[in-house]
Amino acid sequence: MAENEITLMKGNEAIAHAAIRCGCDGYFGYPITPQSEVLETLAEQKPWETTGMVVVQAESEVSSINMVYGGACTGKRVMTSSSSPGVSLMQEGISYLAGAELPALVVNVQRGGPGLGTIQPSQADYFQTVKGGGHGDYRLITLAPASVQEMADFVDLAFELAFRYRNPAMILSDGAIGQMMEKVVLPPFKPRRTEEQIAKECPWATIGRKGGRKPNIITSLELRSEEMEINNLRIQAKYREIEKKEIRFEEYKTDDAEYLIVAFGSAARIAKKVIAIAREQGIKVGLLRPITLWPFPSAKIAELGQRMKGILTLEINAGQMVEDVRLAVECKVPVQYFGRLGGIIPEPEEVVEVLKKMVK
Amino acid sequence: MTREEIIREENLVYKKPELLNDVPMHYCPGCSHGVVHKLISEVIAEMGLQEKSIGISPVGCAVFAYKYIDIDWQEAAHGRAPALATAVKRLLPDRLVFTYQGDGDLACIGTGETIHALNRGENITIIFINNAIYGMTGGQMAPTTLLGMKTVTCPYGRDPKLHGYPLKMTEIAATLEGTCYVTRQSVQNVASILKAKRAIRKAFEYSMQGKGSNLVEIVSTCNTNWKMTPEKANQWMEENMFPYYQLGDLKDNGNK
Repeated sequence: MAENEITLMKGNEAIAHAAIRCGCDGYFGYPITPQSEVLETLAEQKPWETTGMVVVQAESEVSSINMVYGGACTGKRVMTSSSSPGVSLMQEGISYLAGAELPALVVNVQRGGPGLGTIQPSQADYFQTVKGGGHGDYRLITLAPASVQEMADFVDLAFELAFRYRNPAMILSDGAIGQMMEKVVLPPFKPRRTEEQIAKECPWATIGRKGGRKPNIITSLELRSEEMEINNLRIQAKYREIEKKEIRFEEYKTDDAEYLIVAFGSAARIAKKVIAIAREQGIKVGLLRPITLWPFPSAKIAELGQRMKGILTLEINAGQMVEDVRLAVECKVPVQYFGRLGGIIPEPEEVVEVLKKMVK
Repeated sequence: MTREEIIREENLVYKKPELLNDVPMHYCPGCSHGVVHKLISEVIAEMGLQEKSIGISPVGCAVFAYKYIDIDWQEAAHGRAPALATAVKRLLPDRLVFTYQGDGDLACIGTGETIHALNRGENITIIFINNAIYGMTGGQMAPTTLLGMKTVTCPYGRDPKLHGYPLKMTEIAATLEGTCYVTRQSVQNVASILKAKRAIRKAFEYSMQGKGSNLVEIVSTCNTNWKMTPEKANQWMEENMFPYYQLGDLKDNGNK
């Protein structure tokens, strides 16, 4: 593929191609529907023969995330991808990554749960992703793509953010974006960093204590509670900085809007169709699409909320983000939720009916 | 003789390995860990690999191994050290990458990671301390606890009807195509310590030569949780552990 060439591919394939192109050093994964094309595309592309990127099919998601942990300790750009049940298995490792302050990328192509659930798309891992998931006080930088193009673009962005803050980052996608084919322009090729660059940019990396430097030790363990509190406060201060600097969102037709839909990922795509139909029927409605789910655009939603008659969150789950939207507007505006469950994607028409009832 | 004369190379009979940090160890007096740490330190220095070594420590008594050996370390989640080592060695193929794990970590919660890393033939070495008990958490039953042996979670002795049988991970490892060198050693006297050191050296050499995965089990004592003196623990190990966990090389494909 030439630079800037428009190609047609699945979201999962775009993740794999973007990883190879953005200087990713290692991918460690385990098959699970609906994200297996990530590993399959990498295996087919054989990046170990071109960029030198390592690709390993692990024995489980537990092993995948711990391979990511080991790789991240060496300052390399490493990642994994999975879908909801697999990501549940990874939660311990994600907590360790956050605790040891390691940069890494985890992609979750969500399917419906709970349990083994369904292989159809869902957004039901919102709570798991932005409220912790694993144990301890930690946060994941979370990007929610709404197109195949964003699947490709967010790989490099997630790595940049992960390394800037030494914190794991998550691309929270779903089976619809992972499986659907769309036009995409892949990011330009960027070389993998050399060992010298890594030693300079990541002085903490465990790559062997060359030149007689002091040993680097990567651990999340600290038995002395006074020291552990200091570690926690340092991590929390980092989170406050991320909340200040890294909030991303898209605003759509909010200028004259009297009603606001808040939706992310696939649901935001549906919301745009809802807005088109509703506006034809005279309902002035706009969209706020959080691109970062953590940090969450609370201030923006509060600001928009001041001039709205009502807010509707559209989610492909039982109503999770709606809690954060209500917190953002401090209940000063009525906030409703609509969503479908079990892998069913809401139809724009049924959402319009909900809006009509809100307007009455 | 002055101190300076005594420490001349020709007079020196023993010195602390240069890679063993000058800090107090948290291990109990009589524990085997200290001896094995010393051997690893010596072998890394003798092979000139101090700038190329990355150790992976477990969860268990050896969780703090990173405090004692003067190289880069990563501390893994319980049982996952071989997964970390897999990634590190794949990403940095010219480094010495080894894990240091106990029986609970390696043969219970981390059985999957251990078997698959060994079977993939990752060019790493796994040092496996088998003292048949969970030390750090206070003496619970391990996968390698002998039948009849008493622990705080099998206070009437390990009963196969209730607890199954002690697991021979090293025998399993020897059957895997990916392993190059699989051996079982001990460190209870000078002769066995010298043998164990040669085994660790061989495993590290094969790892660096890319010959496959290597497992060095060290049958060890836990005199504290066995509730014995160090001397009695060594004697008990020889009489009870060695007949079940027989010492020696189970596989050596290094020169094939």
